[in-house]
Amino acid sequence: MKDIKLKRYHGASWAEPLIMELGRKGERGIIPPKADQEVRDTVGEASSLIPSNMQRKEDANLPEVSQYHVLQHYLRLSQETMGMETGIDIGEGTCTMKYSPKMHEQLVRSDKMAALHPLQPEEHLQGILEITYQLEQFLKEISGMHRFSFQPGGGSHAVYTNACVMRKYHESRGELEQRDEVITTIFSHPCDAATPATAGFKVITVMPDANGYPDLDALKAVVSERTAGIMFTNPEDTGIYNPRVAEYVKVVHDAGGLCFYDQANANGILGIARAFDAGFDACHFNLHKTFSSPHGCEGPAGGAYGVREELAPFLPVPLVDFDGEKYFLDYDRPLSIGKIRSFLGNLECVMRAYAWIMSLGADGLRTVAETSVLNNNYLDKLLMEIKGVSRPYAEGKRRLEQVRYSLEQLKEETGVGTEDVRNRIIDFGIQGYWMSHHPWIVAEPFTPEPCETYSKADCDYWAAAIHQAVKEAYENPEFVMNAPYNQAIGKIKDPSVAEDPNKWAMTWRAYQKKYRKKERE
Amino acid sequence: MEKKAFVHPYIPNSVPEVREEMLKAIGVESVEELYAEIPDHLRFKGKMNLPEAIPSEYELKRHVEGILSKNTTCKEYLNFLGAGCWQHYVPAVVDEIVNRSEFLTAYCGGTYSDLGKFQARFEFYSLMGELLNLDVVSEPTYDWGTAAGLSLRMASRITGRNEVLVPKIIDGDRLSIIKNLCQPETMSHHIAVRFVDYRKESGLLDIEDLKRKISSKTAAVYIENPTYLGCIENQVEEISRIAKENGALFIVGVDPISLGILVPPGDYGADIVCGDIQPLGMHILCGGGQSGFIAFRDEEIYAAECPLALYSIAHTDQEGQYGYVEVLAERTSYGLRDKGKDWVGTASGLWTIGAAVYLSLMGPQGMREVGETIIQNANYAKKLIGEIDGIKTLFDSTFKEFVINFDGVGKTVKEINQALEEYQIFGGKDLSKEFPEFGNSALYCVTEIHSKSDIHKLVSALKEVVK
Amino acid sequence: MMKKNLGLIVNPIAGMGGKVGLKGSDGKEILQKAISLGAVPQSPARAILALEKLKPIRDRIQIITYPGQMGENEAKSLGFHTQVIGSIVEGQTTPEDTENAAKEMLKRKVDLILFAGGDGTARNLYNAVGDQIPVLGIPAGVKIHSGVYANTPANAGNLAAKFLSEDRKIRLKEAEVMDIDEEAFRQDRVSARLYGYMKIPFERNLVQSAKAGSAPGEAASVESIASHVVQNMEKDCLYIIGPGTTTRGIMEMLGLPNTLLGVDVVCNKQLVASDANEEMLLKIVDGRKAKIVVTIIGGQGYIFGRGNQQISHKVLRSVGIENILVISTESKLLGLKGSPLLVDTGDLEMDKKLAGYKKVITGLNKYIAYKVAY
Repeated sequence: MKDIKLKRYHGASWAEPLIMELGRKGERGIIPPKADQEVRDTVGEASSLIPSNMQRKEDANLPEVSQYHVLQHYLRLSQETMGMETGIDIGEGTCTMKYSPKMHEQLVRSDKMAALHPLQPEEHLQGILEITYQLEQFLKEISGMHRFSFQPGGGSHAVYTNACVMRKYHESRGELEQRDEVITTIFSHPCDAATPATAGFKVITVMPDANGYPDLDALKAVVSERTAGIMFTNPEDTGIYNPRVAEYVKVVHDAGGLCFYDQANANGILGIARAFDAGFDACHFNLHKTFSSPHGCEGPAGGAYGVREELAPFLPVPLVDFDGEKYFLDYDRPLSIGKIRSFLGNLECVMRAYAWIMSLGADGLRTVAETSVLNNNYLDKLLMEIKGVSRPYAEGKRRLEQVRYSLEQLKEETGVGTEDVRNRIIDFGIQGYWMSHHPWIVAEPFTPEPCETYSKADCDYWAAAIHQAVKEAYENPEFVMNAPYNQAIGKIKDPSVAEDPNKWAMTWRAYQKKYRKKERE
Repeated sequence: MEKKAFVHPYIPNSVPEVREEMLKAIGVESVEELYAEIPDHLRFKGKMNLPEAIPSEYELKRHVEGILSKNTTCKEYLNFLGAGCWQHYVPAVVDEIVNRSEFLTAYCGGTYSDLGKFQARFEFYSLMGELLNLDVVSEPTYDWGTAAGLSLRMASRITGRNEVLVPKIIDGDRLSIIKNLCQPETMSHHIAVRFVDYRKESGLLDIEDLKRKISSKTAAVYIENPTYLGCIENQVEEISRIAKENGALFIVGVDPISLGILVPPGDYGADIVCGDIQPLGMHILCGGGQSGFIAFRDEEIYAAECPLALYSIAHTDQEGQYGYVEVLAERTSYGLRDKGKDWVGTASGLWTIGAAVYLSLMGPQGMREVGETIIQNANYAKKLIGEIDGIKTLFDSTFKEFVINFDGVGKTVKEINQALEEYQIFGGKDLSKEFPEFGNSALYCVTEIHSKSDIHKLVSALKEVVK
Repeated sequence: MMKKNLGLIVNPIAGMGGKVGLKGSDGKEILQKAISLGAVPQSPARAILALEKLKPIRDRIQIITYPGQMGENEAKSLGFHTQVIGSIVEGQTTPEDTENAAKEMLKRKVDLILFAGGDGTARNLYNAVGDQIPVLGIPAGVKIHSGVYANTPANAGNLAAKFLSEDRKIRLKEAEVMDIDEEAFRQDRVSARLYGYMKIPFERNLVQSAKAGSAPGEAASVESIASHVVQNMEKDCLYIIGPGTTTRGIMEMLGLPNTLLGVDVVCNKQLVASDANEEMLLKIVDGRKAKIVVTIIGGQGYIFGRGNQQISHKVLRSVGIENILVISTESKLLGLKGSPLLVDTGDLEMDKKLAGYKKVITGLNKYIAYKVAY
């Protein structure tokens, strides 16, 4: 790490005002089309078409800004965003920040994708239906499952869909009133606990055993005739693969429950291990993580939800099917849970996933998986040499595609915690890392995931940045606690804004009421 | 494994020499050793049966374009389908910005490294707040249906009641989403969804029926404006009053592009407003441009019960400079897992930036003008179509969608739509199964993108088709 | 910027018994015995470990402390602005000195009292200041059952530093003051009592950099747990509500008077007995359907046998162990860092029966499956 020279980075800093503060009265950003004279003559003024009590009395208080300046404003804001592609985004573990090929974006923007209405007759959607159908075949092969739905608009939404499918399954067997408990594990994504709760289930969380695996004895102690199912991840967010996962599945199956495999962390096992083979009844993939769709400031995202044959009748409608000649939408599914999202889902994500898999093929996917695991173990080697960094649980066991590390020692010795280090490393031109979901079972956590996108040099640089921040923490803790330094703005002054209704302002109009009023007085 | 090197442009470390170097540094012979934790019986042994890879970008592009070319676009055909996914003009600057790499690929970076993302979002909340006349706007969810369902769940928690009233005229798909969120009857936190009838002639809410059905069990009265079938609901003050007299919240689902000319729901007492921002600068994208929002009064109880992320502007240590903080972060499922409010997850964040750019470009005048053009075009089309022999249009008021009834022409909507395809027209959404009480009817959508001649083209095609 | 005032109290004799196997140092004779056995004070060194962590904010704080070995030495050795109050007899400090020091600091409205000691010291603090000002313990005693201590001296310093520097996301929470009868303890009988609750700074980092702490979340958790218990209450069933702030939530939800440090009994949402002892409990539950609701008492994870001895093995046997509801906020459970919940009913057979896994109620319809050991 000694030979790595960290960049003298500084984030773009435009001191850009809010759009509401820009422009002058009367400026225009765009002029919409006007109804034709004949149209207007025929139907009269717009106001004559609106019941008088429903007419807007005053124009909305929107900014008035010329087109160039709107563009400039948002270009500047984009520059003040590091995003994934400009900073090495190894840090956001569980999120699989992989490269999203630009060619896909050209296709998404083309009329053949962007100008399709989801209710068009099937004959006119044959291209996108074919792609959807084909992607389903690919994911069936990758997971071993039998049917997929692409309706969920994100990973958590797919997990919610599973909760609804479990519900419907037990309902169809007249057992829902009895089976009202869903089990999950604490190192699974929060949605594995939250979405069954939303769907109406009681939720039981299983804690890790001493090695970090979900406590199998605890699972055995809580499964019963009340168990609707289990929803969990493997490898969990710790990156530890649970080799006995099939036993967990059996315990739940023996009690009559269903088993759902949250595959948010699938990047290291593509072509290596399959959900179906471990006995699972259902699984999901994040098309925006594992299958290259860009994360888009948190969406649009794609959740692909797959099930065994027995659960297929419960999938949301419609499914995409093929009759040998043409692709069609199958609505005739009487046991379906119905809809969980309007229309067909985010098919732009489906299209990108299709193209990405086609670019790689079976060997390529395996190389993706192997490289992500190789990168992770290489980075692990570098990070574990840094004083103050530890890797709790399962000593001597290999992690797959990510690791949950702890800076607990650093915190105790210097007072500098993981959040401080996160704020410091962005000064070296890399994106801030993901710490952990809550609660923090691992103290002062951080969770990097150097997926296949990143080079050896990227891993070296990233580890060097952590090394530098830690070194600074030992030399001058306050310096790190006051980071970052090279960003567009200084440190947020009063975090109580987040919890104080008198101080928070979630819109500019609220800000004006709460702060500008005081200034005027 | 490394018999044949597979070097791919998306995988820098697929170069064999680099892999060797890294393996050596780790201290293992092969990648296989790194998979030691996956037991043999769980290993997938064969090779996945996937098509031959097309690693050449050009060839792959040709391949995908070839498949996509089988689609017919709403630019090749004249489109009158809406029903929640509406074709409006997308300004070029919106496309330019949402396709900026930084926004397109950003994820969970914090307020310092991703400041621009947070500012653009805050501008979205602020601009939407002006349109709605409300002080709090949430991060987006998947679509209107989810936003409505989550709003109803919020209302149930806020009031401690477990029954909601929704209009009988509601999109069947949206209703299905809502019902899934309200849980089946046997579950302990089930929210009963009851329907309020509509008046046959106007398509508007039947106030008498509302009065009959509302009670001390009612958590919320939910209406949509414009309604699913395009009417402008004008009894809003009364509905609001009835809801409040009964201790229920008043929730309004809106099409935000109507709000340049229609009264903002904040003005008529809406406690929570939800809807979809797709019309504000998002392509129809085969339904991929949907994005639900929730807005509400600036009161602690609303923020505390909102499941979606909320952000506030905050001062930094430098005068006049702002950063952004997450409000009451712990209430969400990211903070409290199963004990949080419903759940939150990656949904449709990029579209908030699209909507912010859209509203900035449009400004007050643009939003008024686009509303005027839409309502004029739609009413013009409705009038001309209503004059065709055998065709009736239903209900009085129309914003951009209206119902055409074909009972008098002896053809099904399906037949008519098929015939319209000959004229390169996508006819309206078939309602005959969704609302059998309207007979053989379809929901047509006309917006600012339709010119007079487009409308004339539809009218003359319809005349031919119904002959 | 206004300087923050930090009260510092070092109990110079805390921890002296441990190294020489005496289980605590309360009482003059024991102390002398400890010294004669070659015990050296533990607390000064521990206090210094904590104070080291306050060095970065040295210019922003003033330490108010008692003379000499009760804090002055440590504070001055690290160069803090130090104001010395009160007087002591060096080498013969007493629990009264600790209480007087704390009272004086309360009067001066210090922002935080940092104290080094053990359970006995915590009790002295509690007697003097109750929950009127925030305190934080630097662990230096032989036995620490109280929840008012940080897990290490350094972390006590870190937490205090964060609490005293502005812009930091620290809230307060209630934590137990517990102490064991040292005489009984030396005779290998454990008899811990729950004396009360003090307010300590509480750090819980959350996703957002600027996120404030989670005190409101704690209150909401307790309420949600109470909802679970109350909504599932069975008709004509007795509910034995153990001590603690989490169980208090149930009584508050029912609108009933609560004994924070004792055991109450409820039936059909009405109070049946207040602050009941073992004998009363046995009498009440005899031949009746009953359930026991307990929570974790103290920092070590006990659910039976510390602070709630009224619910004895006899009571447990009478009620039946299938009728035990264990409730806890998630944060308190996770604060055990994976170590099991503990039982010590004084009856090994009963302890064995209680061991295993328990579905701990953490909210309305929410559970964590957690290990119980003895």
